[in-house]
Amino acid sequence: MRAMTYRGPYRVRVEEKDRPSIEHPNDAIVRVTRAAICGSDLHLYHGMMPDTRVGMTFGHEFVGVVDEVGGSVRNLKVGDRVMVPFNIFCGTCFFCARGLYSNCHNVNPNATAVGGIYGYSHTCGGYDGGQAEYVRVPFADVGPSLLPDWLDEEDAVLLTDAMATGYFGAQLGDIKEGDVVVVFGAGPVGLAAAASSWLMGAGRVIVIDHLDYRLEKARTFAHAETINFTEYDDIVVHLKKLTEHLGADVAIDAVGAEADGNLVQHVTAAKFKLQGGSPIALNWAIDSVRKGGTISVMGAYGPMFSAVKFGDAMNKGLTLRMNQCPVKRQWPRLLEHVRNGYLKPRDMVTHRIPLEHIAEGYHMFSAKLDGCIKPLIIPS
Amino acid sequence: MAYTPDKPKLAENSEQLRARIPGWGADLDPKDRPSVPREQFDPTFGGAHWEFPERQPERWPRERSIEHAFLTPVFGTSCPPKGLSGRIRRYSYAKYSEGRAAHWLLLLASDRVDAVESTLRSFVSRRPDNPITETGVLSEGRRHGLSSRRGRRSDKVHHPLDPIIVAAPWVLGAGLVYAVVRRVRG
Repeated sequence: MRAMTYRGPYRVRVEEKDRPSIEHPNDAIVRVTRAAICGSDLHLYHGMMPDTRVGMTFGHEFVGVVDEVGGSVRNLKVGDRVMVPFNIFCGTCFFCARGLYSNCHNVNPNATAVGGIYGYSHTCGGYDGGQAEYVRVPFADVGPSLLPDWLDEEDAVLLTDAMATGYFGAQLGDIKEGDVVVVFGAGPVGLAAAASSWLMGAGRVIVIDHLDYRLEKARTFAHAETINFTEYDDIVVHLKKLTEHLGADVAIDAVGAEADGNLVQHVTAAKFKLQGGSPIALNWAIDSVRKGGTISVMGAYGPMFSAVKFGDAMNKGLTLRMNQCPVKRQWPRLLEHVRNGYLKPRDMVTHRIPLEHIAEGYHMFSAKLDGCIKPLIIPS
Repeated sequence: MAYTPDKPKLAENSEQLRARIPGWGADLDPKDRPSVPREQFDPTFGGAHWEFPERQPERWPRERSIEHAFLTPVFGTSCPPKGLSGRIRRYSYAKYSEGRAAHWLLLLASDRVDAVESTLRSFVSRRPDNPITETGVLSEGRRHGLSSRRGRRSDKVHHPLDPIIVAAPWVLGAGLVYAVVRRVRG
C-alpha cells in the first residue's frame, strides 16, 4: 500500500509499505477514504515529539471503509463506512470506565502520561496512522462509529479530532451565559472552540492570531471578533482595555507547542527543542484572563518542561483545565449540532491534497502558505 | 469595570445573540454538555465486551515505560527499534521514568541519530533520500511562497532559520565526506 512516511525533521515522503494486518482479535483494518493533516502533526514533522521514528506513518484524523475485522469484532463488518476517533482506547480500564478515553491505560506501553494516538510517535503508543491507504484500528468494537448516511465525509473527518477538540475545549472553559471568551489561535481547533463557545452561551468571543487570512475565517466561520496580535505592542494590555480592565472570563489556548509572538520562547522550543513547547499563548492566556477565571488548554505540548507562568496563575486564582479530547464522548451531541447546521466543520477545509503530494502539503501547512487552514489528504 | 462590583455590559444581550448566531445557547445548560462532569462512570458506553482485554502477541521485546506494571495488552508495532538509535531508545526506556528529563532528552537524541542512520542507509538502497522532494520545498513556487509571507506575520522573523535547520545536516555530511576523501587520497 502507499503511505506517508517520516524521514526526519521537515522531511516526509510516500512509500510502498506492507498493508497492516490483524494483530489482535479486536482489530479492524480500515481502507482510508479521507484523512487530514492536523496542526499537531507539525510538532512531529518538526522533530519536537520525543521518540518519533523514521518510517512511521502519521495521521490521526481519518475516515474510511472497514476492509477486514479480527475474530472478536462484533460491532463492525467489512464494508461499513466508519469514522475513527484519534484516541485509541480499550473502553474498560479505570480511565475509560469514567469516560476519559484519551487517557486509556491499556494501549500505550511507552508512556503512562498519555493514551494511544494513531500515527503520533512512540510516545503515544507506536501506532501507524491514517495518512495511508490502509490503517490498523485497534479495539474496533470501541472506537469507531458508523458514518450516518446524512453526514458528509469531510464533516466526518473533522469530527475525528479538530472539531471535537474545539467543542471539548469550550466545555472545559466552563462557559456561563454572557461570559467573555478569548481564543488564542485561529487554526481549526481555535475556530471550532470559538464557534462552540457561542453554543454554551458566551456573550462575546474574541479570537487572536497573527495570520490575517485565518482571522478572516474566524469572523465568517465562528462569528467572532478578531485581533491580529502583531498590531499591538502588548496584546495582554490590549485585551485588558477591551474588557474594561477586568480581563476575559475564559481563555482557550488553541495554539500549543509552536506558538509565535516571542522569539526566544519560539526558538528555544520549536527550533532547538529545549522546552516541551513554546507556551506564549498559554502565558498570554494566564495574564489576560480575569482573576478567578478559567483557562482551557487544547494546544498540544511535548512531555518536557515548558516555561509557563504558574506564579501569575496561582496569584490570580485561575482554574486551568486541559486534556486530550475524548472524542467519542462528544459525538452524539456534536452530530446534532452539525445536523442542525450550528457547526459546519468542512467550511474550515482549504486544501484537498492527493497522498502522493503530501510532502508539499506538509510544507505548505507548516509554513502557512496559500491561505492554508485545514488540508485534507485523499489517499487514491 | 474591575474596580466596581458589576461586570462590564456587553454590546449584545442574549436575545440579540440568539438571533444572530445559529445555535447560540444550545448547550447553555451544562447537562447538555457531553464532558460535564468530566468523569462519568459508565463502562458500557464504549461497546467493550471484556473487563481486561485479550493480550496482543509480543513479536519482539517491546520497550515500555517503567511506570507501567506490565506491557499493555495492546500496543503499536510500527518501526521496531534498530541500530544505534534503537539502543539509545531501549536504554532510555529501561533506565529512566517519564518523570526524568534524561528519558526525554535521550529519546530526542535517538530521533536525531535515527534520522542520520536512516539517511545513510537510504544511500545504499534503491531509493536514496531526496531533500528537495521530501521537504516539499517546491511548493514554495506552486503555493505562493513569497506572496503568502507578505504583510504582518510574527513568524517571518524566524523563517530564515528553517532552511538552516533543514540543510545543516546535509552540508555537514557533505563536508565530512569531502574531508574523509581528501585524507584517504593523501
